[in-house]
Amino acid sequence: MSAIVSAKDVTKIYEGGFHALKAVSLDIEQGEILALLGPNGAGKTTLISVICGMVNATSGSISVGGHDIVDDFRGARSLIGLVPQELSLEPFEKVINSVSFSRGLFGKPRDDAHIEKILRQLSLWDKKDARVKELSGGMKRRVLIAKALSHEPRVLFLDEPTAGVDVELRKDMWEIVRGLRADGVTIILTTHYIEEAEAIADRVGVINDGEILLVKDKAELMAQMGRKELIIELQDPITEVPAALGAYDLVIGKDGQSLEYAYDTRGERTGITALLSDLAAQGLVLKDVSTSQSSLEDIFVGLVGDAA
Amino acid sequence: MNLTAIKAIYIFEMTRFFRTLLQSFVSPVLSTSLYFVVFGAAIGSRIETVEGVSYGAFIVPGLIMLSVMTQSTANASFGIYFPKFIGTIYELLSAPVSFVEIMIGYVGAAASKALLVGLIILGTAFVFVDLNIAHPVAMIAFLLMTCFSFSLLGFIIGIWAKNFEQLQLIPLLVITPLVFLGGSFYSISMLPPVWQTITMFNPVVYLISGFRWAFFGEAEVSIGLSLLAIALFTGACIAVIGWIFKTGYRLKS
Ligand SMILES: Nc1ncnc2c1ncn2[C@@H]1O[C@H](COP(=O)(O)OP(=O)(O)OP(=O)(O)O)[C@@H](O)[C@H]1O
Ligand SMILES: [Mg+2]
Repeated sequence: MSAIVSAKDVTKIYEGGFHALKAVSLDIEQGEILALLGPNGAGKTTLISVICGMVNATSGSISVGGHDIVDDFRGARSLIGLVPQELSLEPFEKVINSVSFSRGLFGKPRDDAHIEKILRQLSLWDKKDARVKELSGGMKRRVLIAKALSHEPRVLFLDEPTAGVDVELRKDMWEIVRGLRADGVTIILTTHYIEEAEAIADRVGVINDGEILLVKDKAELMAQMGRKELIIELQDPITEVPAALGAYDLVIGKDGQSLEYAYDTRGERTGITALLSDLAAQGLVLKDVSTSQSSLEDIFVGLVGDAA
Repeated sequence: MNLTAIKAIYIFEMTRFFRTLLQSFVSPVLSTSLYFVVFGAAIGSRIETVEGVSYGAFIVPGLIMLSVMTQSTANASFGIYFPKFIGTIYELLSAPVSFVEIMIGYVGAAASKALLVGLIILGTAFVFVDLNIAHPVAMIAFLLMTCFSFSLLGFIIGIWAKNFEQLQLIPLLVITPLVFLGGSFYSISMLPPVWQTITMFNPVVYLISGFRWAFFGEAEVSIGLSLLAIALFTGACIAVIGWIFKTGYRLKS
């Protein structure tokens, strides 16, 4: 797979000297769903704004579909659809005009059938002649999505698409996102919620304080999450792991009075039974046994905590 | 050129104008009629003719200019300020359109509406006074140039303004006085000599004079000077807009 969005050392210093992005490099692969996870003020919106053209980067370069976002902004931007975090919409305009306007703005010829399809998909068709100000917040969010989809983007940015959205619409939204992905659209979404990233993403990127801390396959993260540790407390301290137990990759705890064994809960066999009987065979006396598990949340908090 | 985008912006803006039909077209007609009643009938009954034209007819070009200038500035400044204010500017900035295309869309729509208002006022004027237009083509040309140059100015103001007060400030403090003092309702030659000299620094004088020439075939300043003034003014606006677009001034952070 090749990168459709490629950011190199992107830095943004806002007027007033605030470093919102610190040399961010990120490759987003064609056709994937990437979730950008990060706390408030991490720089998620800033990164998206730089890629989409609302904010000028202080330094660094970005290309979208091979087009540099500055030198060939038309090539780059005509591939991009953006659903902003804020509900920014012309309040007095009719829904359908607002959506058609977006298509025109992107230079695409009029296509009433396409607009109708999108509005129906988003359950907005019966609201097409309503003024935007007459809509609820969730409906406005859907209008923003319709606007972004109106010009058939190849790369779709969803900046906190589920903020203020009920469970029902959230499901619909994931349905649409999966449908787009099946059509080969690359999707980047930002969120504060780990479950959301877990539910929908192929890869998860963690951003904090203007830095990307990690970008990993969700499966890989899940595997880390699926790993558990068995902590075996011993009656008497030991200095080295008996050679006969070498196959278990045991680690001696800090106090020398415990052994740590990592295993995969989803593996066919965890090897715990064998380990315990082998320990007994080596004459080691166990005092206590406990397990611990790291969740994506732990990983996330750990990463963000370390960086702070 | 992304012509589809220009068209989309233009139509979007024109829809907004027609949605507010009352403010857009009825109020200029009403206020012009009031000017005719107050200036034309009340004052006109005391002043027979100005430069051989009845006072009622004499103020028509000035009245049209007054409306067209204020309308162009207001339309264009509001047109680009509003998306900044409500945040929909994100869409313009993230679309594959150049700033020039954005400008053509907004300025084109603002100028079109001002032109319509100007023509409606001209139509209204025929109801109140006898009018013969000496140079109709030149009249339309002057009207068009004024619409476009003041829409450019409005566009600059709209980008510059950070709040609604600032949006009103320039039209209120600069444009209205310049237009009133630019000979809309009187001939420059009616002023004392000192004021005549000062008035010559007012660019609006040249526009109104040229426009009046198109109506009556008489001008206070030469027509060449009038054209030069419009060209300079338009050039200055385009230069400022060029700079804004280059730097992203008050559009991008
Ligand atoms: N126009 C601006 N001028 C100055 N600072 C800004 C501007 N926009 C954002 N910032 C700052 O940059 C930092 C990153 O903001 P950004 O909006 O990118 O965060 P975010 O990750 O999207 O947060 P959230 O989850 O709250 O949406 C914040 O500290 C913010 O205050
Ligand atoms: Mg944000």
